[in-house]
Amino acid sequence: MEKMVNVFLYGKKYEVPAGLTIMEAMEYAGYNLVRGVGCRNGFCGACATVYRIKGDRELKACLACSTTVENDMYIATLPFFPLVKEAYDIEKVRPDQQIMMQLYPEIYACVGCNACTKSCSQGLNVMQYIAYAQRGDFENCAEESFDCVMCGICSSRCPAGISHPQVAMLARRLNGKYLSPESVHLTERIKEIEDGLCSEAIEALMEKPISEIKELYNNRDIEK
Amino acid sequence: MIFTEEMLQSMKKVEAARATNISYEPPRMTAEEKEALLAEYHPDYKDAGFATIKTGPNKGERAPVELVEVLEGRSRVLDLNVDLDKIDYDVDVLVIGGGGSGASAAIEAHEAGANVMIVTKLRIGDANTMMAEGGIQAADKPNDSPALHYIDVMGGGHYVNRPELVRKLVMDGPSAIKWLNDLGVEFDKDENGNMITTHGGGTSRKRMHAAADYSGAEIMRTLRDEVLNRQIPVIDFTAAIELILDDEGKAAGAVLQNMETGEVLVARAKCVIIATGGAGRMHYQGFPTSNHHGATADGLVIGYRAGAKLLYQDTLQYHPTGVAFPQQIFGALVTEKVRSMGAKLVNSEGEVYVHPLETRDVNAAAVIRECSTNGKGVSTPTGGKAVWLDTPMIDMIHGKGTLEKRLPAMLRMYLKFGIDMRETPILIYPTLHYQNGGLEIGANGMTNVENLYVVGEAVGGIHGRNRLMGNSLLDIIVFGRNAGKQTGARFKDITVGKLSLAHVEKYADELKAAGIESNTPSPKLFPDYTRKF
Repeated sequence: MEKMVNVFLYGKKYEVPAGLTIMEAMEYAGYNLVRGVGCRNGFCGACATVYRIKGDRELKACLACSTTVENDMYIATLPFFPLVKEAYDIEKVRPDQQIMMQLYPEIYACVGCNACTKSCSQGLNVMQYIAYAQRGDFENCAEESFDCVMCGICSSRCPAGISHPQVAMLARRLNGKYLSPESVHLTERIKEIEDGLCSEAIEALMEKPISEIKELYNNRDIEK
Repeated sequence: MIFTEEMLQSMKKVEAARATNISYEPPRMTAEEKEALLAEYHPDYKDAGFATIKTGPNKGERAPVELVEVLEGRSRVLDLNVDLDKIDYDVDVLVIGGGGSGASAAIEAHEAGANVMIVTKLRIGDANTMMAEGGIQAADKPNDSPALHYIDVMGGGHYVNRPELVRKLVMDGPSAIKWLNDLGVEFDKDENGNMITTHGGGTSRKRMHAAADYSGAEIMRTLRDEVLNRQIPVIDFTAAIELILDDEGKAAGAVLQNMETGEVLVARAKCVIIATGGAGRMHYQGFPTSNHHGATADGLVIGYRAGAKLLYQDTLQYHPTGVAFPQQIFGALVTEKVRSMGAKLVNSEGEVYVHPLETRDVNAAAVIRECSTNGKGVSTPTGGKAVWLDTPMIDMIHGKGTLEKRLPAMLRMYLKFGIDMRETPILIYPTLHYQNGGLEIGANGMTNVENLYVVGEAVGGIHGRNRLMGNSLLDIIVFGRNAGKQTGARFKDITVGKLSLAHVEKYADELKAAGIESNTPSPKLFPDYTRKF
């Protein structure tokens, strides 16, 4: 006999097999999901969920696709949270402190409660990356926030109304575009292609019979 | 995590052999050995998994049973009163699908001045792009060239790739990387700006660019941010359930349906771009999948009914390293980058039985052989078998901390279930990963139906019968941008005629004439995992 546990989906009790993820438990209970489901594997942030274990004071947050059910788990999904996403022109902005003040001034209202970090489904140090953003240190903000899946749980817990994932998104784009060093080999290869220096070799290959392409493939030198 | 006793016993053999296995370079298979292995063990060669298409442009050809079932299913518009005179959205370019290829197409069409709109049945970014972990290929290193990339792509694809599409893929590769970098995508670079690149299965040069093992997520969230910055309308939770043609048979829009309320809407467009992605959630041959929730081949179905031809619809990619244990993440992807970084595939006896960087089809077949005929698989609680991917090798080769730094998503995925892949090897088995085939296009991105374009995983022909790691993230950017530019250059000259769904009725009549009467709703839109009472 399969071991079962009791879970409470939006407060209603269901008995489900132990070992299911929260998402699978919802489907087992009969929910046909449209909201709160995406990649089903921890990358898209669609299935933000909060829960409390009966008797436990702490409210916990997770992704429903990557969390196993526990007995007496009270579950509410958070399929959408109204984050602030400011539009900007990536070609016109510059990686200085000014841009954060202009687009996301609320980050300076952070009260340091650390609720964002405590709730992060990815276990990131969210308050720290906001501190970096406040200082205009986009490189560190990008690094610290890199694994963010933008599920928005942090923002739901923030008394200052900060949209952490969007702040981090801006920082990463600024870092990727303006602060990380140029890849010279990339620029050079693009120029070679534009100058037509690679065309002849490709066209020669396209004209070869398959038998010759096979020969080239089977005897090609593989970089160690 | 509680490993079974059998797992623990086998794990001891893997640990005992690890030092020897690290330095052992297994031989690469010959072309003949690979052919024989694939014919015997690869799911594409299992006739029982396929049926014959009985109507439409590919009549007489074979396709997976589950796809044929949907192709023969009942169009959802037949039971709705769709009023084509009531236009809800009137745009220049309609993009169906909110993944990486659709977003790239939308950005370029917008850049060219088109009024563009994206519809997606989930949210923008809920797509296989988001889940691509390992990286993106492009021949931009001094020891590499587009020609070498071309040979790898053709060989990996079993030489049936469309040469003009492969040329575009490899020649536009470096500029695709630059475009992403200029949008702010954070590639792994050294302090001098050199891209940190690795091998993938079947590559002859280290040309896999990455953003840790969140490569696709980093690309997707950046593209999404750019779409939002440009204020391109995104109609989310809305599926395209059928294409609309005009009275000259040209693509002219789509019938849309709100996934939550059921409301039906009509979108008219001068150009339509199908960017609907793959088909993992069709669970061909009963395989689990690494794909996102909406990967149900919708674009193939609605495109086919509108007259667009399929190409290589009978070839799927089973990624050799899907999670076999624990059951909560059964079928999830373990990125090929784990093997690029040195982890080897090891059977239940602790033997390295294959070169870890053979192409995906070959390695998937080799796992299946090991777990069946060779009897060297480890039993899993779900009743299957699995082999080991010896992940502790990575830190032993590159130094402590490497796995955490370069594979944070993988480490996190397993840690959530109590497995530390730095310390213990992981159990894997092939998972349905990618639709190699799809709708046929020319180098301009257009199908045989005028003004109907296809991008991304829904395209057939770029990768032949087997795609190499890192060429999908590349193709979604290259061909997504291409379709955006092509439609952006053409829309002003297009006049849309009278809207029509006659092709849907004609297709239904053809099915009937062939003796097929099915009530299976088509396209599928979502899998149904609910328990049946």
